[in-house]
Amino acid sequence: MSDEKLWSLKNRWVTGSIAILLAIGLLAAAVGFIWLPRAHADENLAASLWESICRAAGVPARYDSPPLGAQAGASNVIVTAQMMAPADSAAIGRGATLAMRCTMCHGARGMSPAGSPHLAGQPAAATYKQLRDFKSGHRASAIMAPLMNELSDQDMRDLAAYYAYLPRERMSQETTEAVPRLVRNGDPMRNIGACASCHTVEVLKPASPWLDGLPESYLHQQLTAFRHGERRNDLNGQMRNAARGLTDAEVTALARYYASR
Amino acid sequence: MLNLETRRLVLWHFWIAFIAFFLALLLGEWQMYIRSPLRDWIGNPELYYRSVTAHGSAMGYVFPTLVAMGFGYAIVELALKQKLIGRRWAWTGFWLVVVGTVTAMIPVSMGLASVLYTFYPPLIGNAFYYIGVVLVVVGSWIWVALMSVNLHAWKKANPGATVPLAMFANVAGAYLWAWTSLGAAIEILFMILPVALGFRNTIDAGLARVFFSWTLHAIVYFWLMPAYIAFYTLVPRAIGGRLYSDTMARLSFILFLVFSMPIGIHHLFQDPQVGSGVKFLHAVFTGMVSIPTLLTIFTITASVEIAGRLRGGTGALGWVKRLPWHNPMMLAVAFSFILLGFGGAGGLINMSYQLDFAVHNTQWITGHFHLIFGGAIVIMYFAVAYDLWPHLTGRALKNGRAMRWQLWLWFFGMIVLTFPWHVVGILGMPRRMAYFDYSNPAIAPQAITVIVTFIGGLLLVVSGLLFLLVLARGHRSELATVPTFSFSVPVHMPARQPAALNSFGLWLALMIGLSVVNYGYPISQLIGLPQTSVPAVPIGSQP
Repeated sequence: MSDEKLWSLKNRWVTGSIAILLAIGLLAAAVGFIWLPRAHADENLAASLWESICRAAGVPARYDSPPLGAQAGASNVIVTAQMMAPADSAAIGRGATLAMRCTMCHGARGMSPAGSPHLAGQPAAATYKQLRDFKSGHRASAIMAPLMNELSDQDMRDLAAYYAYLPRERMSQETTEAVPRLVRNGDPMRNIGACASCHTVEVLKPASPWLDGLPESYLHQQLTAFRHGERRNDLNGQMRNAARGLTDAEVTALARYYASR
Repeated sequence: MLNLETRRLVLWHFWIAFIAFFLALLLGEWQMYIRSPLRDWIGNPELYYRSVTAHGSAMGYVFPTLVAMGFGYAIVELALKQKLIGRRWAWTGFWLVVVGTVTAMIPVSMGLASVLYTFYPPLIGNAFYYIGVVLVVVGSWIWVALMSVNLHAWKKANPGATVPLAMFANVAGAYLWAWTSLGAAIEILFMILPVALGFRNTIDAGLARVFFSWTLHAIVYFWLMPAYIAFYTLVPRAIGGRLYSDTMARLSFILFLVFSMPIGIHHLFQDPQVGSGVKFLHAVFTGMVSIPTLLTIFTITASVEIAGRLRGGTGALGWVKRLPWHNPMMLAVAFSFILLGFGGAGGLINMSYQLDFAVHNTQWITGHFHLIFGGAIVIMYFAVAYDLWPHLTGRALKNGRAMRWQLWLWFFGMIVLTFPWHVVGILGMPRRMAYFDYSNPAIAPQAITVIVTFIGGLLLVVSGLLFLLVLARGHRSELATVPTFSFSVPVHMPARQPAALNSFGLWLALMIGLSVVNYGYPISQLIGLPQTSVPAVPIGSQP
């Protein structure tokens, strides 16, 4: 008959096993939560002890991205009527190869339901200018900026040529909506020019994109960014000046109108 | 001696287990065939994943669970020498497992639940698949309860006596399974089923994966338990030796109990939802779980050496030659150790946070777990069946040649199957691939390895078939007087084991405590985080 009591501090199995387990656990925790994160910590971040423990435990931290689009000035792209060389098939072919990495968001043929802007049929100068601005940081995007890093000037020209070459397809239903006055005439009393004077397929203004059928969410977002001065890569503040006076309702109506064309 | 009723119970468990095993084996080989360059691509990856789901579910949930249950019932009568209490409950558990298996396999075979046996939310299959798995687990919980009840009845009848090692280990396995199956049960009942039944349409995939990791690693140790029980309590007796140390055996089993569960996050090393410190903690404790295995290898090798020396072997290695190599149990334990050696070495690589980056989600992992489970563990299931069969059927099990061939084929086939996987895994071949484009010049040189694994699988199928034939013929040989069943005897049996090595209270407390320490924070943090659910991805056409 065993009279040995299991749960007793005199039982060395109990005290010993708990002590060993605690020792292993504490040692492992000290290495995993204090030593390794401290050793790996970015010196510039100079994390405190508590911060490195939290980081090792997986507490979600606010992500502080480096400031995007902090470049002074609107853009360093010089927009002229002759800025793009006439498209040749070699450039278009190279662009098509480079565009493989764009398909996830912009679609296999430059049109996508993902909410990102359609590129098919856009004037080459418009696409090229935006790529340059993403690369230089004049236009802010956490997604586009890193993708631009390794593109050369020629790469960007080829990409623009390829997208200009693609046919523009219609993704939305034909609309019978009347053209809003702001699009037709603008509002001269508020110093707002007519949208159609630049953003019409037939106008062919250098570096100004057509907007017909672009995703409504994208149009709304960009117009709002121009209006609040968060997007600043428009030459001479053209877009910012036009958008500054718009009301919320007008921004919504314009985005809806262009998206439905 | 086994009661006639219990024999029937154990035989049913074993036969259903081995039939499920063989069908799953055929599916595995089919998978090897259709993605090899030996035939054209079948054109539909869904068929492949359907097969993988059935293969994994049968091999992972049904086969080892039934073997552990059947072996456990036998151990109660053979080791405790008392009638099995709750035989009716045992049959209920058995039928739950069978009904659960059928319930799960119908949607799988219809292509409504090709989510693989590890579920992978946000993939969501047909609800009946998950309900079937739950039934299998609930059936096994009945077994857990019966093991506990039978042990307590025996302790009451034999106050103060030392629990026989086989039963001690058996109950350790049962408790381990009860605690570890909880993770997957929570995942299915509270996260997956509400989505599968249409009450919700989003799921927190990260949290679900953490819950599954709770189960995913220790389930392997639950599969391992019958093999380890055989190492300690059958092998030394079967080859005419003595168990080197009874205390060492008990220590190994309690170390498994404490360490095998709170380490599962090493399956999530590449998952972003768990912090690196938590992963490191789990890596350290994963390292600890190699200790009971190393203890076992030492103890069993020592026990085998005793057998060799008792048979007249001398010198540093002379005893190896004198071992009874014609004995299937001897072959099985040798093969099992070799496969365990390779698989264990691979496992130490997987558990290292940095090295895991190189092999994570590659064929290396498939090779690793096939070596450990399909190799080291299943080969001991064969040996257990061969050893128990005469006691279950009351007939002599002859065909020693067939048994040896079967074990050799399995051993050789498993090496041919898994070694190429390790190689291409290092080269970066991903796992869970339904199709390889062999016309791609980067992949073409690896085509030969897929053919080699197909050949390895073929050897395994032949071995599996041979195994079933030997067992079936065992039912038709003449009745024989089977000697009384005995477990191996230790060299030195301590008159009294310390209370800690004769009961589970302390170790269960440590197991639960360590689980709370290692899983408490990640789980509570993920539950508390807002906006972590993602839209479910329905698999197959939903009802």
